[in-house]
Amino acid sequence: MQCYLMIIVETEGSEEEVMETTGELNPNHYPAQRAANAARHYVNTRYGSPYKVFMLHKVHSGNAEDVANGRKYQLEISFQEMLSNNTYKGSAEVLYPREGPGSPEVKVSCAELEAYHKTQEEEALYQKLKTSVSMLSAQELPDSHGRIEPDMEPLWSLGIVASSFIMLKESTEDTLYNMAQVGSVTQVFTETVELKFDYLVLLHDMVSQEIIRWKLQFGWSPLGGVKVQQMEKIPHRHT
Amino acid sequence: MFLSLTLTLLVLCSGTATSANRVDYDYFKYHRMEEITKWKSDMVAAHKDLVKLVEYGKTYENRTIDLLKIGFKGQNKKIIWMDCGIHAREWIAPAFCQYFVKTLLESSKTDPKVELMLRNMDFYVTPVLNVDGYMFTWTNETNRLWRKNRTPGSCGCFGTDLNRNFYSNWGTKGVSFNCCSNTYPGQGPVSEPEAQALTQFVGNISDNVLAFLTIHSYGQLLLIPYGHPEVIAPNHDQLMEVGLAAAEAIEKVHGMKYKVGTSPTILYPNSGSSRDWARLQGIPYTFTFELRDNGTHGFLLPQEQIQPACEEAYSGAMTIIRHAHQEAFSRAPETAALWGPLLLMAMAQWSLGCSL
Repeated sequence: MQCYLMIIVETEGSEEEVMETTGELNPNHYPAQRAANAARHYVNTRYGSPYKVFMLHKVHSGNAEDVANGRKYQLEISFQEMLSNNTYKGSAEVLYPREGPGSPEVKVSCAELEAYHKTQEEEALYQKLKTSVSMLSAQELPDSHGRIEPDMEPLWSLGIVASSFIMLKESTEDTLYNMAQVGSVTQVFTETVELKFDYLVLLHDMVSQEIIRWKLQFGWSPLGGVKVQQMEKIPHRHT
Repeated sequence: MFLSLTLTLLVLCSGTATSANRVDYDYFKYHRMEEITKWKSDMVAAHKDLVKLVEYGKTYENRTIDLLKIGFKGQNKKIIWMDCGIHAREWIAPAFCQYFVKTLLESSKTDPKVELMLRNMDFYVTPVLNVDGYMFTWTNETNRLWRKNRTPGSCGCFGTDLNRNFYSNWGTKGVSFNCCSNTYPGQGPVSEPEAQALTQFVGNISDNVLAFLTIHSYGQLLLIPYGHPEVIAPNHDQLMEVGLAAAEAIEKVHGMKYKVGTSPTILYPNSGSSRDWARLQGIPYTFTFELRDNGTHGFLLPQEQIQPACEEAYSGAMTIIRHAHQEAFSRAPETAALWGPLLLMAMAQWSLGCSL
């Protein structure tokens, strides 16, 4: 299955490295890996759900060039879906904007990913939470020991998908984001079709090694996917 | 009389069974510092001929930094160094050091090659280097993702990144001088008691150290020196070769792929790392292990993954250790093994009238 992923990444003038950062890239080196990770965030925003979370499986090849409005990466990537372990191979283009802040522009074209249908499990989860009398809430997913209650796993996955909106927005050539933990999740009562959630997520940026906390409010439904309504970075705690 | 003799024998046997070589410990759960401390002394008691506890420093909060020295008694032995838990939140690392010790001791009884290694070398294993930081991550859920030590900073935050504090191109790459930052390298090189302890101890023995393995998480990487993009280790090619062999061994265990390379190519440039310092001392085989996973759980690796993570890392570590051991102790036989076929080849070529 051929997936075309375009990530448009813009960079400020960055420090010269004694390794290839332009032209043909070593797929295992960090420039291709970081761009591919941004592509992964895009894929999760587009196709992720409580039962579908995509991780980076392998970067097959990469190419970077300076273009008029930024830095453009072209990549061949395989993603892996976390629950099914299925892999999806495709190409990606990432364009990081040259001037000012701004998320990279990503293009992904992948037939298998686009043939996405809502699943039975998604529908079942949706119904369960829609009709439940009490609003769901949980803390620390996973907990300190890496444990997640089986009931809470879809909410953890949903946290990764929602975080992907932030992680994509924050991605630059100098970042590599993963969600470290869901600090808390609270279901918010709403009369709209979608379910509504307040999340506190802890993101880990591998490059700076910082843990950055964000508050998120978003809606989710099986057909609509995740729609972020509000996101707010929480200032660094001093300890 | 015969009966009483039998009874005595039985008593003796059961007595031996409870005290010898069996420490009851769950290696596949995360343990708080107090449990690890007890485990260390239990291991010494259970393996008196092989294991000693060596204290070599104090943390900022005045806690003991110590290691298990494992090997048969001997003079001028070569050394394998392993340290875990330099970064507080990387819980799988101390878990691995404990597993490593147990597995090494177990296989010393069944594998003559391991027994030979323990006769030729001493293994120095520090289960938790950053004791204060590790204990801080156990205080409550909000502190779980702490990385640094616990020295108070001068700008209102705590902690120095110990793996930026060593005397190896200190303060030049991959650091932030904001004391609140997670890569704050300290007020100066080796300003931190934990870094001082390691520097002093390893500095005194470095001539005899064959391999220096420092264990971290996450990322599934084997990183070789140097952290500076423009500095290359003299034995870079060899380090890559051994590293790739280790990654191959790791993959054979549970299929996990580990990437191998210098920090600046695979991850990011950095300075002041313990591994770089060790390489600068002349220790030939210096590696940073970044254990599971790839970012799915990150630092919060589920306990069910402790066993497979440790098993594969053990295989990787032993690949490097065996290589270092072979190089130091089997030089003659290795060369002899080469000469045989080489000579045959030369003779064949000469007799056929061709040149090599």
